[in-house]
Amino acid sequence: MNGILGALLFIILAPFLGGLIAGADRILTARMQGRVGPPLLQPFYDVGKLFEKENVVVTTAQNFYILAYLAFIIVSGALFFAGGDLLLIIFAFTLAHVFLVLGAYAVHSPYSHIGAERELIQIMAYEPMIILSAVGLYLVSGSFYVGDIIASTVPAILYLPGVFLGFLTILTIKLRKSPFDISTSHHAHQEIVKGITTEFSGATLGQVEIAHWYENVFLLGFVYLFFAFNPILGVVAVIVTYVAEIFIDNTTARLRWQAALQSGWGVAAILGLFNLAVVVYIIGGV
Amino acid sequence: MAFLKRSPWLLHYDASSCNGCDIEVLACLTPLYDVERFGIINTGNPKHADILVITGGINELNRDVVENIYEQMPEPKVVVAVGVCAASGGVFRECYNIVGGVDKVIPVDVYVPGCAARPESIIDGIVTALGILEEKRSRMANLTAEKEVARREAEAGS
Repeated sequence: MNGILGALLFIILAPFLGGLIAGADRILTARMQGRVGPPLLQPFYDVGKLFEKENVVVTTAQNFYILAYLAFIIVSGALFFAGGDLLLIIFAFTLAHVFLVLGAYAVHSPYSHIGAERELIQIMAYEPMIILSAVGLYLVSGSFYVGDIIASTVPAILYLPGVFLGFLTILTIKLRKSPFDISTSHHAHQEIVKGITTEFSGATLGQVEIAHWYENVFLLGFVYLFFAFNPILGVVAVIVTYVAEIFIDNTTARLRWQAALQSGWGVAAILGLFNLAVVVYIIGGV
Repeated sequence: MAFLKRSPWLLHYDASSCNGCDIEVLACLTPLYDVERFGIINTGNPKHADILVITGGINELNRDVVENIYEQMPEPKVVVAVGVCAASGGVFRECYNIVGGVDKVIPVDVYVPGCAARPESIIDGIVTALGILEEKRSRMANLTAEKEVARREAEAGS
């Protein structure tokens, strides 16, 4: 019962929360650059406008893929907030991004294809670390179920500092922030035109934006899992994490795709695996 | 609802300008003028753009490019010609390769005077364009619905 309630709350509230986070993000980014920045509700104006624009579709297949992307992002987030199996959630989450890539490949446009290739590289870069994060949380709490991990009183962050740092690194990729903002140029606005979203416009682009809001709320929920033993600390940690990501976004240049791959796999191998080995062999489990 | 005028994304194209106006257009994004206050984003993609900002008098080589960019922008859209070259060709008017004004190639909604146009007048021109954009949107809303119905009928008929 609690699970269904959590899923429903996510489906209804996450777009509003995600949009507000995006608005706060843009204001904070502007302040860091010495500007005033747009109103807090700017992301909602943007998406509202996209739904008002003429619906230009290059090929109708792209609409289906983007709808599937949005649907699977919602499914993975809803499963997460319903307290579901973390592995299933990660697989649904990956599938969602595969649909986004297929949507970009459905169009015969070199810009769209380069964006899709870069998105695939990003998926390759973050996937090992996100799975290691799930494994780490399993080792600490004894369950892959989000509900059990939240109910666990073990301070996961103390056992998994390396895994958490690794997760923060790939969070930069997932939140589409510099230095790994290579596939959509989400904050740069123009790099190889507009990456994976080049050929989406109007309502289709609006759906991509809404999916990104859902995705951000889900990812911040994942951050919370590391601090779930203390809810107040958890919320503070989520806020601090997001502000730190904005800071990193504004202080780094975008790197090449090789660096994204090296960083993603590097943190997975060094921080992630090493941390897990320490938990299993030295501490001997929890 | 009128979201459009709260979220104008603009595309800037240099059609053989001397770069004077281009620098002033980019100056609008700097902390001093900060046009993101109005929700304006400088996008590089015509398919995401609402306002086409063109500087320069257009030459024979980029005439097709300008037409192509304009065609790719989804309705409703407005064109802002920035600087005196974009309005009439300016000092380059007599050159053998200059078309002489953006309105010789695509319809222009707002002309921003100046050589180079000052950031204040560019912002003023874009705010004027927002009014025209809103007008076009309300007219478009009906037109798009009609077009959509016609397309569905055509599909059902074939």
